[in-house]
Amino acid sequence: MAEPAVLTSADDQSTDMTFLFGIMELCGATRLGYFGRSQFYIALKLVAVAQSGFPLRVESINTVKDLPLPRFVASKNEQESRHAASYSSDSENQGSYSGVIPPPPGRGQVKKGSISHDAVQPRASADQQEPASPIVSPQQSPPTSPHTWRKHNRHSSGGNNERPLAGPGPFWSPFGEAQSGSSAGDTVWSGHSPPPPQENWVSFADTPPTSTLLTMHPASVQDQTTVRTVASATTANEIRRQSSSYDDPWKITDEQRQYYINQFKTIQPDLNGFIPGSAAKEFFTKSKLPILELSHIWELSDFDKDGALTLDEFCAAFHLVVARKNGYDLPEKLPESLMPKLIDLEDAADVGDQPGEVGYSGSPAEAPPSKSPSMPSLNQTWPELNQSSEQWETFSERSSSSQTLTQFDSNIAPADPDTAIVHPVPIRMTPSKIHMQEMELKRTSSDHTNPTSPLLVKPSDLSEENKINSTVKFASGNTVDGYSSSDSFTSDPEQIGSNVTRQRSHSGTSPDNIAPPPPPPRPQPSHSRSSSLDMNRTFTVTTGQQQAGVVAHPPAVPPRPQPSQAPGPVAHRPVDADGLMTHTSTSPQQIPEQPNFADFSQFEVLAASNVNEEQDDEAEKHAEVLPVEKASDSASSLRVAKADSKTEEKTAASVPANVSKGTAPLAPPPKPVRRRLKSEDELRPDVDEHTQKTGVLAAVLASQPSIPRSVGKDKKAIQASIRRNKETNTVLARLNSELQQQLKDVLEERISLEVQLEQLRPFSHL
Amino acid sequence: MAVCIAVIAKENYPLYIRSTPMENELKFHYMVHTSLDVVDEKISAMGKALVDQRELYLGLLYPTEDYKVYGFVTNSKVKLVMVVDSSNTALRDNEIRSMFRKLHNSYTDVMCNPFYNPGDRIQSRAFDNMVTSMMIQVC
Repeated sequence: MAEPAVLTSADDQSTDMTFLFGIMELCGATRLGYFGRSQFYIALKLVAVAQSGFPLRVESINTVKDLPLPRFVASKNEQESRHAASYSSDSENQGSYSGVIPPPPGRGQVKKGSISHDAVQPRASADQQEPASPIVSPQQSPPTSPHTWRKHNRHSSGGNNERPLAGPGPFWSPFGEAQSGSSAGDTVWSGHSPPPPQENWVSFADTPPTSTLLTMHPASVQDQTTVRTVASATTANEIRRQSSSYDDPWKITDEQRQYYINQFKTIQPDLNGFIPGSAAKEFFTKSKLPILELSHIWELSDFDKDGALTLDEFCAAFHLVVARKNGYDLPEKLPESLMPKLIDLEDAADVGDQPGEVGYSGSPAEAPPSKSPSMPSLNQTWPELNQSSEQWETFSERSSSSQTLTQFDSNIAPADPDTAIVHPVPIRMTPSKIHMQEMELKRTSSDHTNPTSPLLVKPSDLSEENKINSTVKFASGNTVDGYSSSDSFTSDPEQIGSNVTRQRSHSGTSPDNIAPPPPPPRPQPSHSRSSSLDMNRTFTVTTGQQQAGVVAHPPAVPPRPQPSQAPGPVAHRPVDADGLMTHTSTSPQQIPEQPNFADFSQFEVLAASNVNEEQDDEAEKHAEVLPVEKASDSASSLRVAKADSKTEEKTAASVPANVSKGTAPLAPPPKPVRRRLKSEDELRPDVDEHTQKTGVLAAVLASQPSIPRSVGKDKKAIQASIRRNKETNTVLARLNSELQQQLKDVLEERISLEVQLEQLRPFSHL
Repeated sequence: MAVCIAVIAKENYPLYIRSTPMENELKFHYMVHTSLDVVDEKISAMGKALVDQRELYLGLLYPTEDYKVYGFVTNSKVKLVMVVDSSNTALRDNEIRSMFRKLHNSYTDVMCNPFYNPGDRIQSRAFDNMVTSMMIQVC
């Protein structure tokens, strides 16, 4: 726009020329040398600022909300000026468009504006055009506005049929008319466009659609005539409008909103309820819009796609219908202000407040409701979010993406915990507290503590006895170390060392085979007390069943390096008395007790003691003896709780120990030994223990002259010990089997590694 | 990645058909039409089979040298047919399923619109946009 034209209009005002120049400078026109649209808008705003008495600053434009519209003496056709005003559609530069602009430039501007609007218009949201509205402040009497200005537009713009463009223009005119008696100037017209068409909604909502249209027509006619009269009113409106310059053209005014709510109530009394689709269809069909458009409106407004309209959705739909009826194109995406609040309406209301602005801003919480400029972006983002939310709801997969919400089905079955190492906490199978205490003591004192091991191991099967025996033999070969390592659970890590690890891996319980012997060799759960009882049963039932593999010895049981020794006794089973006999022959049997027990006990004791040698010997003997005893005791060992058996066994073990070697002067005092034996029996974890136990047992036996005395007691004790021994045997047998498997695995690995090495070797040579 | 997407009503008339304007659309129309036979065959084979997502998804109906045709049937016997270009690196089955799922969701949204009469051609812009998004991937 040319400067002269602007100045001309500006001159109309009372403002000082200085002001004008200041304004020009501020708006950048001076810089540019001409008045572009934005400059013009800014200039107008500044004029308003100046007229209002505010300091002439650019910021004041934005800060002063209620900036009255600049007053220009209307020197020209108001209509034209209004048109011009209407075309100032730059939402950001809601320049205070005065109603009056010199016609020629106004027109030119109008055209320019219209053209620009045209360009803008194709935009999805019609809000852009609406902005022209700043001028149109009050929408009080919206009713006829849409039509009025539409017609007005047609009338004035001639070839320009840009509805939106035209729309904004005229629409402020009807405001002045206060058609439907709406409160004058009450509601600042936020924006522009759609709000005005109150008549529309009033119409088809309440009265037959046709009548409304008719009324609107006359209204529009009236509007045209009254346009001029509106000037004064419009200025007031404009003033208010200005404050809404940043408004969202799609905002719903309070009045409109109230109207919508009333309409909603007619259909659905409960404001928090839904309007079913059918009812909504009937209602909106009254608006006489084409079904296609109604369908589109529905798609836009039914935010949650549930086929029903909430209050927010209804208002949005209504608003869109009104807008459409007034000639506004439907947006492709739901305008921000019409979006139903994600959160409470209250929040929305609060957020959307702008001085004098319409209350309802339906923008989602995340969107700055007042930012109309950002609306398009929000519109875009929100639908995306909406879609995504829909997708979430529907669990739809992203195409080709790995992100598949639906893939919950692929429940990765976690490794079977059973096989995994359930580290069954080494349960002390020790029935008696004393045992526990003793074991604790022993444990702390000695290396091998597997108090629990025997118990845990026990539950295994009788068939293990052989293996146990064999392990015992192994143990015998092993020194204390072996035994200690076999103690597993509680034994020191160092002792356990590889053995433990192997055991653990073997038992499959510990996932970290390689890990150093950590605490818990978890004997398989089967080694619980209950299982031990089972073992007893199995003992009785199955003679000689050896569930070797089940040893469940806590990993602690390392394979005994001396299988040679083991086999003999190992073979022994409760049933195989023969073998036992042979063994027994070696040792002064009468050790009714399970040699295993004895061994164990001995082991434990031995651990503490330094009499390893003796222990070894005794272990051997005991190993031999144990089988024998076991065989003999198998029958008897069945009943009784482990504890008892253990105690008995221990005593028995002690007896055999004494008996067998007899003389081995075992350092450990008998009592402690006995206890240890007991504990050992209960634990019965590792083969290693056996050897030591045997030794211990021997020592104990040797040290204790109680054999003869306790004959009577011994029987029970023996029986108990037998039982325990059997259990221990089974446990050990199982452990043995596991260890053997581990050994096989390791051997295989070794073989494979060797093969690889050989394969590589020739290359290395090269 | 689809080159053609069609929605066929229960009575086997198209509610919506759209193809990328790469070549003669009629060819795609014909392919879709012929695929209906396969669809019907599969539907009848299903009998009273549980109607779950799997059954709804019919899978590859039949392949040609250039294209593959996938089918999906809804509970109301509305069929969704999709033609994809074989030259595309074989789309995984899951992707096809997801595309059908999206189509199905959009179709239900269209159905939810009270202004839409079942049996009318689908003129929903949202549906169009969604289909476009799927087809644009091809290019």
